[in-house]
Amino acid sequence: MATVTTDRPGPAMRPPRRPGRRAGRGRSWPAVLMLSPTLIVLALVVLYPLVAAARESFYTSGETLDADGFVVEGERFAGLANYAGVLGERFLNAMFNTTLLTVVTVSIEVVLGFAMALVMNRAMRGRAFLRASILVPWAVPTAVSGLMWKWIFQADGVANAVLGTDILWTAEGVYAKFAVIIADTWKTAPFVGLLVLAGLQIIPGEVYEAARVDGASARQTFWRITLPLVRPALLVAVLFRLMDALRIFDLPYVLIGPRKHSVETLSGLIWDEATRVHYGPASAYGTVLFLYIALIAYVFVRLLGADLLSDVRTRKKEA
Amino acid sequence: MKGKKLALGLALSVALGGMAACGSGTGTGTAGTAAPSASGGGRGPLTFASGKFEAEATQKIVDAWNAKHPDEKVTSTVLPESADEQRRKLIQNAQTKSDALDVILIDAVWTSEFAANRWADELPADTFDASGFLPPAIDTGKYRDKLYAMPLFTGTGLLYYRKDLVEKPPTTWAEMTAACDRVLPKQKGMSCYGGQFDKYEGLTVNFSEAINSAGGEFVDASGRPALTSEGAKAGAAFLADGFKSGMIPKEAITYKEEEGRNAFQEGKLLFYRNWAYMYESSNKTDGSSKVAGKFDVAPLPGRSGIGAGTLGGNNLAVSSFSKHKETARDFIAFVTSAEQEKAFALINSTPLARASLYDDPELVKKYPYLPALKEGILAAKPRPKAVKYGDVTAAIQESAYAVVSGAKPADQALTELQAALTPLLQ
Repeated sequence: MATVTTDRPGPAMRPPRRPGRRAGRGRSWPAVLMLSPTLIVLALVVLYPLVAAARESFYTSGETLDADGFVVEGERFAGLANYAGVLGERFLNAMFNTTLLTVVTVSIEVVLGFAMALVMNRAMRGRAFLRASILVPWAVPTAVSGLMWKWIFQADGVANAVLGTDILWTAEGVYAKFAVIIADTWKTAPFVGLLVLAGLQIIPGEVYEAARVDGASARQTFWRITLPLVRPALLVAVLFRLMDALRIFDLPYVLIGPRKHSVETLSGLIWDEATRVHYGPASAYGTVLFLYIALIAYVFVRLLGADLLSDVRTRKKEA
Repeated sequence: MKGKKLALGLALSVALGGMAACGSGTGTGTAGTAAPSASGGGRGPLTFASGKFEAEATQKIVDAWNAKHPDEKVTSTVLPESADEQRRKLIQNAQTKSDALDVILIDAVWTSEFAANRWADELPADTFDASGFLPPAIDTGKYRDKLYAMPLFTGTGLLYYRKDLVEKPPTTWAEMTAACDRVLPKQKGMSCYGGQFDKYEGLTVNFSEAINSAGGEFVDASGRPALTSEGAKAGAAFLADGFKSGMIPKEAITYKEEEGRNAFQEGKLLFYRNWAYMYESSNKTDGSSKVAGKFDVAPLPGRSGIGAGTLGGNNLAVSSFSKHKETARDFIAFVTSAEQEKAFALINSTPLARASLYDDPELVKKYPYLPALKEGILAAKPRPKAVKYGDVTAAIQESAYAVVSGAKPADQALTELQAALTPLLQ
């Protein structure tokens, strides 16, 4: 028992497929038992809503009226009818917007956040103040920052006054996309900065000293030392931001408004369907969004996340 | 293997448990709806869900009731401020068949949805006397000719105009543009006309007003959409041309009530369409309004003579899941009585649904816009009645936004709207 647990911490939490673990499993029953309350809670709060939503996506209700004008009660099995909208213009537009906003904002945020982290990592006067002020946008609730940016982007707002333009940022059009990208970047680049900073601070100073002794240029130091060593932290930051950006809802909703095609995201579409009491299509779109996010996370971890799992792999090899 | 089985078993039992719960939920649900509407009775304390704007006046009325009915005390809970949030909260309450709310305040356009889904009870004709109310307001509480909600607030769009620049309010669109042509060359930075044209319920209201004021109508006598008529086209063209020519400033496409009110108070608009609530706030002399004392109100202008505003308002209904429906009906009758409505009006400027209040000298002195508003309400047209009003207004906003933003020619947008509304308004 003791040897098993020191070899592989937390055996019950692992996917039980690995052949090397078969020997220990019989003896891990007490651990499974002790973990079962956790598993039940997880199943209730994670699995049940997913299963319920997936089930709901195959049913319709409240669609027909009887002779007296009352809505016929009860649910009716609808097969794949709720998924028909997935091929519609509105869904594809929302899918495109979600993907575009994700790719653009995450790319900008990684570059900006990295720069912020490098600045924050410098030893200089007023560093604490600088760090705190960079983190302020992250601390503001999204709905509040949405309102703030709405005020900046309104027709007679600060943005137009500063730029000397009279752009209608909050009306339909490409400027609405810009407005959302700017506001989102402002808010979440500090988050990336914070995680990258944590990664930067665990790089030992001796590595840089050695590089300096060997005569490495600043650029070489960055590409050969800083970037590879900070990569695990950076990947975690990017993964978090990807997940977050794919389900973005409140910022476009508050800043531009619901049902505006230029910035309608999948979450926005789902919200709109649900508020119009179309729970079937809302669940169908929700299920698709869930699968989309799961797919992206999987691909991301497979392609780029080697470092995230390298720790696990080395341990597996040792075993 | 065992671990895998365990996980699978867990997942299955949770899934099955969920299904079973859903199944029994719907089962009792159907039985539950039949029961309360059949019994219909019950006396006891109530919970009243009201809006936030009128909280002070509402509390006064509730206190008056509580003083007289110590055994059937009413507690008022305040719903979220935005209409969308309120609706979501009320629907949530109804779908969980909760008896947490007894008397609910619903928007005039939700009546059909709440009646058809059996979320609100029919009101027996003998307990409520409709004769003292403005007829268009009473009509908003009806679904298929049966009364489901009693009107409390009502209102329609008013034309706010600068009386320091225009002597006489215009009654037609032509008069309005003529006045603008006369005044604007001397007023720097001022535009002619504004309304609410952002993509939300306000756009539905403004679009309906343009069409009704041009002699068109949204739905014909048989309840079918009638958007391909000559009048409808003229109404849509008024807005499209207004934006094109600059008569309506292009930033009006981002206006909701408040953005436009700010523009009017900054002196950027000669004419502005808004609800009655703005009268008080724009007349404040604390420096927030540059036009205090310089404006007045009139009914909206139309294509040939006074236009037709869109009817707004809120009605009181009894929740189908209330346990004390008899008391709930009495409470609604109490709140909508002539005496209480006047008490309400003296505290809060939200216009009420009883006709006599509009001629009451005390109130007219306090709210000088009442005569213009009465004229407006009597000429006002309701928005389409539909069980799926949410879908109807979304379709209208879609087409109307295309018209005002110039994305589509008015004719094409109207034809598309006609096609979109036909299945929804059957």
